Amino acid sequence: MAFLELVNVRKSFGASVAVENFNLAVERGEFVSFLGPSGCGKTTTLRMVAGFEKPTAGRIVIDGVDVTDTPPNRRNIGMVFQSYALFPNMTVADNIGFGLKIARRPADEIRARVEELLRIIHMSEFGRRYPYQLSGGQQQRVALARALAIQPKLLLLDEPLSALDAKIRASLRQEIREIQRQLGITTIYVTHDQEEAMALSDRIVVMSRGRIEQIGTPFEVYNFPATRFVASFVGTLNLLQATVVDAAIGLVSVEGQSIRVARPLTQHRSGDAVSLALRPELIALDGQINSEVNRLSGTVEDVTFLGSIVRVRVRLSANKLHFDLFNNPQLRPPQPGSLITVQFAPEACLVLGEDASPAHPMSASAAQAA
Amino acid sequence: MLKRFWPWFWFTVGAMYFLVPLYATFDFSLRARRGELSFAAYANVLNDIKFVESFWFSFQTALATIVISALVIVPTAYWVQLRLPRLRPVIEFFTLLPFVVPAVVLVFSLARTYSRTPLTDSREGLWVLLIGSYVILSFPYMYRAVDTGLRSINIHDLTEAAQSLGAGWFTILARVIFPNVYTALLSGAFITFAIVMGEFTIAALLAQPAFGPYMNRLASSRVYEPSALAIISFALTWAAIAAIQWIGQGAQARVAGPR
Repeated sequence: MAFLELVNVRKSFGASVAVENFNLAVERGEFVSFLGPSGCGKTTTLRMVAGFEKPTAGRIVIDGVDVTDTPPNRRNIGMVFQSYALFPNMTVADNIGFGLKIARRPADEIRARVEELLRIIHMSEFGRRYPYQLSGGQQQRVALARALAIQPKLLLLDEPLSALDAKIRASLRQEIREIQRQLGITTIYVTHDQEEAMALSDRIVVMSRGRIEQIGTPFEVYNFPATRFVASFVGTLNLLQATVVDAAIGLVSVEGQSIRVARPLTQHRSGDAVSLALRPELIALDGQINSEVNRLSGTVEDVTFLGSIVRVRVRLSANKLHFDLFNNPQLRPPQPGSLITVQFAPEACLVLGEDASPAHPMSASAAQAA
Repeated sequence: MLKRFWPWFWFTVGAMYFLVPLYATFDFSLRARRGELSFAAYANVLNDIKFVESFWFSFQTALATIVISALVIVPTAYWVQLRLPRLRPVIEFFTLLPFVVPAVVLVFSLARTYSRTPLTDSREGLWVLLIGSYVILSFPYMYRAVDTGLRSINIHDLTEAAQSLGAGWFTILARVIFPNVYTALLSGAFITFAIVMGEFTIAALLAQPAFGPYMNRLASSRVYEPSALAIISFALTWAAIAAIQWIGQGAQARVAGPR
């Protein structure tokens, strides 16, 4: 039996449905992220787990106990908020020890636990400071320590890094993951940042419009997107309008240029309009891939230098295409206005029909090539 | 040069408007003895047992009003912001009522409503009725001060953080909400204090030995002592404002948030 189970959970606010038919089983010690755009229901789901919202239907079970109707202060769940939510009238040490004082633990035990947590978050010398005397990153570390102090069954983090700058965000997410691994605590993390979700999670739950689109490891979600939404939301994706030429052999046409995909298009007929999805990192300049390849020619429209990579935008005719080159100071990147031919393997092609689901997923070999 | 002149000119005019009457009152209060300046009027006021009694009575009434107002208004304002934000306009309308309903109407309504109850047939009962009236009178100041204080902190997240750490509603109010609206509560409390100390109509109509009726009686029977009393009241008000500033400094800094 899973440690945390959400069974057929539904939440509506009046006529508006925020979460629909949500089913999830999280194992003990697992780090699961809810990923999706604003308004997709990820925070509402987290709040239902925390007990701040009551599900309209369905059950929430933690460690074998149905907590659907249990008030939040009796669930023993640690929560970290985007706004930190540190008590301004208390010092860092008092904030961390707050939950233990509520639980009426002996003063010595509280002091020892607070010191231990201050050490874990590398803030031993900050115990007597007030929240306003700390930076955003420090405040969020204190909030994490406060949530962990009560030794919760479950740790919930609601976009905890959103208010921080990029550099602190990257270091703090590493710290969160290390602490989570060290303590082995089951964790649910809400974010709209796909990079954050992929860097941190054992599994990702991709959500859209209150529904689960896909549950999988970061590798699976990125390389084998289950739906058109996941394909377009997770990572950067080129979507090219194409027409099926021969469904049986997996041949499509993009503006008159023939493209072969890895498998037959069993769900389509010749003449069907489809979208051809391509990850930028699976496209290369002509001549760089030796195996069987597809080629597309167009005009370089824009070149963006992003440090380690250079992103090139190519206009075919009606379609546009992005691809990435590794930055090499010895090689000049393509110049805007020049004609260019790019190539990609048939396995790199994901054909999306007009419905929500893909005609077939990206193959493992293409994913590994990424 | 001219640019600097006008601001100072208007500042001086404004200051004179306040300070000249104050100085005149102070000067007049020192002339109780013919031909010399003395604090005789102040001594007369401070030595009057009725001054001490009425001041003490009003002081106790003010403290009771502040405590009851805080206990009623902080949880109310908190709950309205947390769970019933749609009720805010209604509550704000109620806060205006004490400005609209004259004190004399308020006191007759209360006396009529609670006649033939223990509230109107004993001295203690009337004192309770007086405090109740003052709670209503101080409602706009206390509610708005507390409401503003609550808006300066993220009560939703603080409440949920406390709940997730195991706190119940009483603990949240006592350990999280009250300490964080302390400054706002204090400013509302001192306004309430000032109102109660000087209030005349309700105290007089309920026949209570309060400071307001005492000042009124003094003004009709003495010459210099009312001026001395005005200066004492003024000094007390400034002392109260200074106390707000001093006590509030630390608390204000703590709720200021990250820099």
